[in-house]
This record gives sequence, C-alpha cells and structure tokens, in this order.
Amino acid sequence: MTKYVVKRVLLAFATVIIISLITFFAMNAIPGGPFNKEKAVSPAVIAQLEARYNLDKPLWEQYIIYVKNIAHGDFGVSLKNGREIKDIFAESFPISAKIGLLASVIAIAAGLVLGSIAALMRNKWPDRVIIFFITIITSMPSFVVATLLLYFFCMKLGWFSAFSAGENMTVLPVIALSLSPMAYITRLTKTSMLDALGQDYIRTAKAKGVSSRKVIFVHGLRNALIPVITYVGPMIASILTGSMVVEAIFNLGGLGSKFVMAITNRDYTLIMATTIFLATIMVIANLITDIVYKVVDPRIKLD
Amino acid sequence: MKDNFKKAPFSAQIDLSKFSMQDFEKATDEEKKQQDVMGESTTFFKDGMRRLRKNPLAMLSIVILVLLILVILIAPHVIPYGYADIVKGSANLHPMEYSMQEQQAIAKGESVFPHLFGTDSLGRDYFIRVVYGARVSLSVGIFASILVLIIGMVYGSISGYLGGRVDLVMMRIVDIIYSLPDMLLIILLAVVLNETLSPLIKGTVLAKLGTNMIALFIVFGILYWVGMARLIRGQILTIKQNEYVLAAKCIGTSTSRTIIKHILPNCLSVIIITTALQIPSAIFTESYLSFVGLGVSAPMPSLGSLANEARAGMMTYPERLLFPAFAICLIVLALNLLGDGLRDAFDPKLSR
Repeated sequence: MTKYVVKRVLLAFATVIIISLITFFAMNAIPGGPFNKEKAVSPAVIAQLEARYNLDKPLWEQYIIYVKNIAHGDFGVSLKNGREIKDIFAESFPISAKIGLLASVIAIAAGLVLGSIAALMRNKWPDRVIIFFITIITSMPSFVVATLLLYFFCMKLGWFSAFSAGENMTVLPVIALSLSPMAYITRLTKTSMLDALGQDYIRTAKAKGVSSRKVIFVHGLRNALIPVITYVGPMIASILTGSMVVEAIFNLGGLGSKFVMAITNRDYTLIMATTIFLATIMVIANLITDIVYKVVDPRIKLD
Repeated sequence: MKDNFKKAPFSAQIDLSKFSMQDFEKATDEEKKQQDVMGESTTFFKDGMRRLRKNPLAMLSIVILVLLILVILIAPHVIPYGYADIVKGSANLHPMEYSMQEQQAIAKGESVFPHLFGTDSLGRDYFIRVVYGARVSLSVGIFASILVLIIGMVYGSISGYLGGRVDLVMMRIVDIIYSLPDMLLIILLAVVLNETLSPLIKGTVLAKLGTNMIALFIVFGILYWVGMARLIRGQILTIKQNEYVLAAKCIGTSTSRTIIKHILPNCLSVIIITTALQIPSAIFTESYLSFVGLGVSAPMPSLGSLANEARAGMMTYPERLLFPAFAICLIVLALNLLGDGLRDAFDPKLSR
C-alpha cells in the first residue's frame, strides 16, 4: 500500500513538473518580450528591466525562479491590467469552487439515484426513459446546455433574471455543469449495479432472507459505488473545463470566465498561471481518487 | 435382418432384427437437405454487419449520418450563396424571409433562392454557414480520430508485443501523458501556436486551415492517442499468448509482419469501436474550442463558433443559436448511437 501511494505521488509530482515545463516554454515561445512597446525604449532601460525581472539569466535558471515563485503563491502580474494574478485568483476562485462543488454533489447524487433505478427496473419504462434522456444529454456540449437553459428559463419563461449576479444565478449554472457528469455517473452506476446484483453474494443474502431494501442498499449499491469513485477525478476535470464556458455564458466572474477572457485578450501570463493552477487541482484530484479507490476496495491488487 | 444386429439386453437401441430390408428406403435429396444444419460460412465482418443491421437505432443513425453527409456535399453546389458571401441589404433576416431588394426582384419575376435559415448580422446566408460549419466539425472529428488511431495503434502494438523493459518505459510515458489535463493544454498550445505558427505558414495551403486547427491536430496527435495505445496494448498482451502467434514466430516471420498480419486483425473490433466513439469526442473538443474563440479562423464557420456568435442576439434571433446547436447534437447523437451499435455488433462480450 505505502509503495503504491509513494509511486502514485511521484507520478503526480512528475505530471505537475511536466505541466509547468510545458507552460513555461510555451510562454517563452511566444514572440515579443514583455517590454516591447510601440514607443522605442532605450536599450539601457530594457537591460535594466530585464535584470530586474531576471530575464537576462539563462532559460533554465529563469524556469527555476518561475517555479520557486509559483510555489510561494506568486503567479506574476496580468499583462492586460497589471493586477497581481494572486489577487485575481483569490477573488474569482471561490465563485468557481462553490458552483463546481454544488454541481459535483448534484451530479453524484442524481446519477446514483437514476442509475440505481435504471438497473433495478431494467428494461421497464423507467429504465428506458432514463437511458433516453441520458443519451441525449451526453450528445450536448456544455455550452449548448448552458445557452439553451439561459434562453428558455431567463428569456422565454422569465423565471430567472439573466445577467444579474444575484443568488438565483447559481441555479442554472449548477444545472448546466452537473448534467453531463450526471449522465456519465448514471451509466456507470447502472452497469456496475447490474454487475453487483448478478454476484453470488447477492443470491446468498437473498437466500438467507435479508430484506430486499437491505440487499439493494448494503450489498448492491455499496459494491456498485466503487467504479463511481474512480470517475470523481475525471469529473472534477470535466467540471473545471466545463465551467469555463458556462461561467462565461452566465457572466459569473469566476475563474473560468476570467480564463476565457484572458484567451480572448491574449493575456499570456494569466493564461499560463490559470493553466498551472487548474492543472494542479486536477492532478491532485486524480491522485486522491486513485488512492481512495484502492483503500475502498481491498480486492484490487496493489502493484 | 442379420442376426448380428441383435439387441443387447438393456440397450435403448431399436431392435433391428424385427425389420427387414424392405422396411427401409433411401432418403431423397430433399430429405437429405433437411438434415443439413450448417449455416452459410461467414466472415468476422459479415457477422458483425448482420448484427448491426438488426439494431434499429444504429441503422437510424447511419441513415441520419448519410443524409447529413449528402446535404453537406450537395448543398454548396445547389445553393447560390457562399459561406463568406455578403448579400447586400439582407442582413438579419429570419428564416425564409426576403429582403427589400429580393422582394423587388421577385416582383419583377426573377427567381431568388430563399434563405432557409435566414441570414446573419452581416447578411450571409445562414443555412450555408451551418452546412460549412457541420462540414468543418465532421472532418475535424474524422481526421483527428484517424490520427489518434494511427499513433495509438503503432505505439500500443510495439509496447504490447515487445513487453519487458521496453513496455515498462513506454507505459510510464503513457501514464504521465494520460494524467495531463488535455483541454487546458489544448487551449494553451492553441494560443501559443497561433502566435508562433502564423508567420511560418503564411501563403501556404495550411494558412487556409488556420493555426488553431493545426494546433488542435498537433495536440490530438500528442495527447489523445494514449487511450487508444493502452487499449491496443492490453489486447495484444492477451492475443500474443495464442499458439498461432508462436507458430508464426517459429517459421521465422518478422516482428512487424507478425503484428500486422496475425495480431492486429484480431483486435479489429476494439479498434473499430474506439475510433467510432473517438469521433464525437473530437467534435466536442473542436466545437468547445471554437466557442472559446480558438477554433477555425474567420470567415470559415464552425458549429461552435456559429453558436458563440449567436449568443449576442439570442433574444431576437434564437434560431441562429438553435440551428448550429441542434446540428452538433444531431451529429454527436448519431455517432454515439452508431458507436454503441458497433460495440454491440462487433464485440458481444462487451455489451450489456
């Protein structure tokens, strides 16, 4: 077990290093330095500025300084408005985190319930209806879901006021974000539930006269949960990327909408910083998922 | 009958000694045929297609896809508008509306082709833009999947077949690439390549494609093949245990020939299914990037960029959002159903 955890942590560490390498060299590949202005600046001033920001040092030394700064939480300054990226994160990440967490909880809860219903009522109408809607949801990109929700509920029905960052504006983004992971979890739960219910220990439990509720919830669902746990890591990744467009559409001012704005403004430092920040979150989420998965299911061979 | 046909004491055999030769007659050819229970000999592909044909959803999605491809191919020849042509004075038309000039032309007796989906804010025919958008999305999806297929197949089969230390190193590389957040890196590389590539490809055919699309393909080539490589490696690990592989090795077949001739055809079903399901995911990625503004370069439309442009006038022109959104959903739904159908048909072990 310890060996596995160590191996997994090392892999996660390597991944973060590689991501930081890619982002750093990508940033350097962009032509034009930060001090290229329309007005000509004297070479002496540029040299001084470069020395001030360590740009005169060799590339590998710059990389080490860059990583050191990030490790201290210093992501640099936005190219467009000169604000500290640290402050931008501090103000926008809580908004994204709140919506993302709500969406994850809803996706897991609804997915488990729907998937179990579909498995228990296999080939009856509730199963067919659920699978029908799940199939349609999986074919809709998150931006389509979000814009359609905005159009129907804000503009046609007028239930929510569009473009107001009020309390009611969490409902629609959370729905838009949770739908596609929910569809995936439903499918996963259905297959693993069917798998679990076909096992011998279920028959044994039934034969011993255990109530069907207990068979389903204790013996069935608990075993069906294991594959669902593996999906939590990728789900966080999908919610984080999905939230970029969803936040932009609903104008929420979270990290996702900041990222999309940075892309349109070509604000390179902000793009790099956000990439590293979000990527690290994803890697950590995957790491935790993998470890929890092994802890929960002792049958899995540790290699 | 002869004595030696005598029945053993407790045998269930018919007592032949009670019958004479006259009681029997030769079977006619017709009767012989009734005994023939052999099915017609069938190949792997034929068998799969037979099962696919029995799946109504998969057949429906094939019909939808064929119709879509026909529309995509034929519409640009039939409709007199180009995707970048600005029709003077006919900006912001609703579906099937005509502008003032066009109404005058009709009154004079000239025939004007209707704007099936209306026009956009610049006066470009929206139907042809959606058609070109679908064309871009579909071709990106198909080419990206083929790229993934080729890289993943070569890498996975080498790693799986050679095994040992080579396999270990190759799979660690796959592990690391697998844990990279793909969408973030696509966005990052699309932004960077946009700056670095555009002076390089100026004036070539590639420039027409746009740096963003090249970036998309590069990233697909770098990142997305790992899933395919893992899958094929797993298949090959089991297949290479078979005796026919050993036999091939014994008669001195070269490694590449063994892989191509004897091993890969046996993982064909997995390859077909994964490729079919890869196409919709590539289309998703492309539409997502276009929506963020990193897709094909204007004026070339893509379904994602059309949907993004339509957001501004969503209140008055909802159809501009609904048409491309519906097109993406239809294409992806049809491809998903077809992929599921292929999985059920070609790999019955996997179906549930």
